[in-house]
Amino acid sequence: MPRTVLLVILWAAVAAVLVALPHALSFSQQEILVFMTINLLVVASYRLLTLTGEWSLGHVVIVGVGAYASALYTKELGIPVPVSMLLGACTSALIAMGLSYPLFRMKGFYFLIGSFAAGEIIRLLWKRFREPFGGPKGIKGIDPMPDFSIGIWDFDFFEPVSYYYFAGAVVALCLWLLWRIERSPVGLTFHAVHWQDKLAQSAGVNVRAYRTLAFVVASGFAGLAGALGAHYIGTINPNGFDVETMVFVLTWTIVGGTATFYGPLMGCIALTVLNEIVLREMGFEQMRPLIYGAVLILSILFLPKGLESLVQKLVKPRRVEP
Amino acid sequence: MNPFLEIDRLTMRFGGLTAVDGLSFTVEHGAIHGLIGPNGAGKTTTFNAISGFYRPSGGEVRLRGEVISGLSMHEVARRGVIRTFQHSTLFAEMTVLENALMGTHMAFRPNVFAAIVGWDREDRRGAYARAVEALEFFGLEGLRGERAGDLAHGHQRALGMAIAYAAHPDVVLLDEPFTGMNPEETTRMMELMRKLRDSGVTILIVEHDMHAIMGLCDRITCMSFGKLLAEGGPAEIRSHPDVIEAYLGGARHVS
Ligand SMILES: Nc1ncnc2c1ncn2[C@@H]1O[C@H](COP(=O)(O)OP(=O)(O)OP(=O)(O)O)[C@@H](O)[C@H]1O
Ligand SMILES: [Mg+2]
Repeated sequence: MPRTVLLVILWAAVAAVLVALPHALSFSQQEILVFMTINLLVVASYRLLTLTGEWSLGHVVIVGVGAYASALYTKELGIPVPVSMLLGACTSALIAMGLSYPLFRMKGFYFLIGSFAAGEIIRLLWKRFREPFGGPKGIKGIDPMPDFSIGIWDFDFFEPVSYYYFAGAVVALCLWLLWRIERSPVGLTFHAVHWQDKLAQSAGVNVRAYRTLAFVVASGFAGLAGALGAHYIGTINPNGFDVETMVFVLTWTIVGGTATFYGPLMGCIALTVLNEIVLREMGFEQMRPLIYGAVLILSILFLPKGLESLVQKLVKPRRVEP
Repeated sequence: MNPFLEIDRLTMRFGGLTAVDGLSFTVEHGAIHGLIGPNGAGKTTTFNAISGFYRPSGGEVRLRGEVISGLSMHEVARRGVIRTFQHSTLFAEMTVLENALMGTHMAFRPNVFAAIVGWDREDRRGAYARAVEALEFFGLEGLRGERAGDLAHGHQRALGMAIAYAAHPDVVLLDEPFTGMNPEETTRMMELMRKLRDSGVTILIVEHDMHAIMGLCDRITCMSFGKLLAEGGPAEIRSHPDVIEAYLGGARHVS
């Protein structure tokens, strides 16, 4: 099959570029690359939630839940970092499961506000309780990923390049999983719940269960993203997961567009490149919120369907076949 | 033996308005049962109360003796009662085939883990086959790649029924299935309804097209202002003085 061969070659080329990429960048750019990789997982998981039509303002806090949980598991319980990351992801998913009971009594705008309130409550708990969350200063000295080596390659995870490879592999795997979910009958049901929940129900879909499922799975991946970040930076605090950060996630998602899987990823990459590379080089770093606001408004005005719509014009959508 | 589908003193109030008022009738297994009445008589409301869209203010709906009123819509659906909507209600952004696939939800319950690992190949194939069969039954096979929202009105109605058909229902509730269809389409659709009934599906149908209703139904219930007006075979209903009065009165009211 020439098509499959072509795809394999294409993906191999993409992988090669991604592996070579950090070596073409400066040290600070490499660090940004690590954060961007992790943020890709944040927006991709956010998209899974938006598939069912619900927009949450608590997603970044859920990311934080994974970060706090994973940090505490290593610090207090001595659990090895890779394991605690997975447990952090599970914790986020569990918290989301708990939150889904009150939150999914609401829809649309009320859900948006409800998710914001729920997120603020969690952040308040982090600030309020010095034990174990460290209060407003948060947690410092989080265990890094232990060094390890495969054959001749040594990975020292203080090095951004090494951590980029590690996080990149994890994120790539997660994106693949999210993609599998979206293209599956489960993903189709998410869409159906979004577009016509009444009709979906009359076909026997438990709409509430599907909303919860999307929320829990999305939160699990978000938690993993948080854990990946926490063990790289080594310190977390409640303000790292505030609503301003949420606005960045929303901006990436909206600028990229939510109709396709790659839309939010494009938004994240484009704005990171714009912000960190172009603006920082030009010394406009302080104006980041202003410029994000302007970009958001411009994109809603002139590119309402997001960056993805540019790609969609080039590639015709594929139809579902078994 | 219990009657198949029993509507028992069903009442539905909206604030001060009683849209359905102590309505009782039974639907025989394997019948095409018509529910008619002037505009605003409460037919759609009755459907909504049977299908779990509303919780009735009073009375019960029983399926094979089991109370189904008060259950949520997906629970009613899982007991084999599938409804269509009066206004073309479709997954407009999805393709025709994807719409039909949603109808197979109950038979091939999707599962996240199976989907990731790839253990749901059989189910996906089964669901696909069932969806295509439903589209073929309603003559929509050639349109499977179209966006559902772009279809002609008659095709949209047919697709709504195809979704219900794909769900392997015991009872389908069809709310004005023939609106937007030309006479030939209606005739063809009536043929399909009979085929559906012969395959063991019980049909409860609301329709204003009297020609279609009279030609199709084994039994007809006529309601007016939420109350039962008359019940009987097509010939009885056609010549029933109360029914004629209700429709003429309705017509006078409209004009
Ligand atoms: N959700 C609601 N809230 C308040 N009143 C309602 C509601 N739904 C229906 N009604 C009222 O109940 C009455 C019956 O409406 P219904 O839609 O059941 O009539 P129908 O027999 O289906 O009429 P049509 O033939 O026009 O479809 C109408 O007076 C309508 O205004
Ligand atoms: Mg109606």
